[in-house]
Amino acid sequence: MSEELDEPTHHAHTVVHPKVYALVFGALLFLTALTTGVSYVELGVFNAVVALAIAVIKGSLVVLFFMHMRYSSKLLKLTICSGFFTLFVLLSLTMTDYISRAWGLW
Amino acid sequence: MRCRPLDSQTLAIPPTHSESGHEHSPHLHHHFASVDQQREASNFGMWLFLLTEIMFFGGMFTAYLIYRNWYYPAFVAGSHWMIIWAGTLNTVVLICSSFTMAMGVYSAETRNRKALLRYLTATLLLGFVFLGIKAFEWHNEWVEHHVPGLNFSIHDFTHVDPRYPDDKPLSPDMAEKTQTYFSLYFLLTGVHALHMLIGVSILFFLIFNAWRGAYTTGHMTFIENFGLYWHFVDIVWIFLFPLLYLISRHQ
Repeated sequence: MSEELDEPTHHAHTVVHPKVYALVFGALLFLTALTTGVSYVELGVFNAVVALAIAVIKGSLVVLFFMHMRYSSKLLKLTICSGFFTLFVLLSLTMTDYISRAWGLW
Repeated sequence: MRCRPLDSQTLAIPPTHSESGHEHSPHLHHHFASVDQQREASNFGMWLFLLTEIMFFGGMFTAYLIYRNWYYPAFVAGSHWMIIWAGTLNTVVLICSSFTMAMGVYSAETRNRKALLRYLTATLLLGFVFLGIKAFEWHNEWVEHHVPGLNFSIHDFTHVDPRYPDDKPLSPDMAEKTQTYFSLYFLLTGVHALHMLIGVSILFFLIFNAWRGAYTTGHMTFIENFGLYWHFVDIVWIFLFPLLYLISRHQ
């Protein structure tokens, strides 16, 4: 009977300490304030770049720590990366199609 | 638990299997070698589903990318009508809900039933706050005649916006394109809100089961996987917020 109770808590992955979550939480709140604040500063074309960069950082923090990618097996890490790679293919190849053929024709 | 192999398994498993007094968690399914492998496979499956969700939202983001580049002035004008405090607050609300969900997973891992219940309930409440603010915003669009296909009017965009007096009003051609912006707004936030609704519904189910102690006996894969889903929905909003609300607020 004791084996039954032992096994489930014998994780392949680590139990993440709440302190990590709290730090990430704080970082996310700060980055939210930052992205809203920076949007009021005139940076020309870089406004979009900065906004997206901050969003990518926030998203990465959530994926790495809240979704445990940091503590995952190589299989899971590869799976997650392949998902974002496929998204990148969708975005970039669609853009190459439009840029090379239909730009300015709207 | 004494292992009692099913008929199909007596053929595949060596005869010593049932005689060896093989002990394991009642949650282990026999096609897995161990609980760890089962859990890993379950997480893997959940991630595969989230990958399909990334592509699902990805398609909509691609549409947004194209049209924003084509009709940028219309997107700027449309974005200026977004209620920025509502969007920022919603972002904060979802980030808090992700934190409470992560803490919920931790509570399940440390078998703390009461804490798990508290964190799941907090996540649920924050989810409702988000949906409430969204409903308020959508109602606002309706009142302002910014709902494409229902009562859309380009009046706001062909006249000077008093909040942005330096902005030139749009020509009627470009003003018509603000419908594209608002269509994408309702599409993106609508599909996102649908995902929130599904999440909130599953949360009710989870809270009920958590109260009955289902996830604090060592088998918390469901909570883990739901946590992945919830965090994903948060990430989508993290990208939606700057793209919809923060287009050139500086102008």
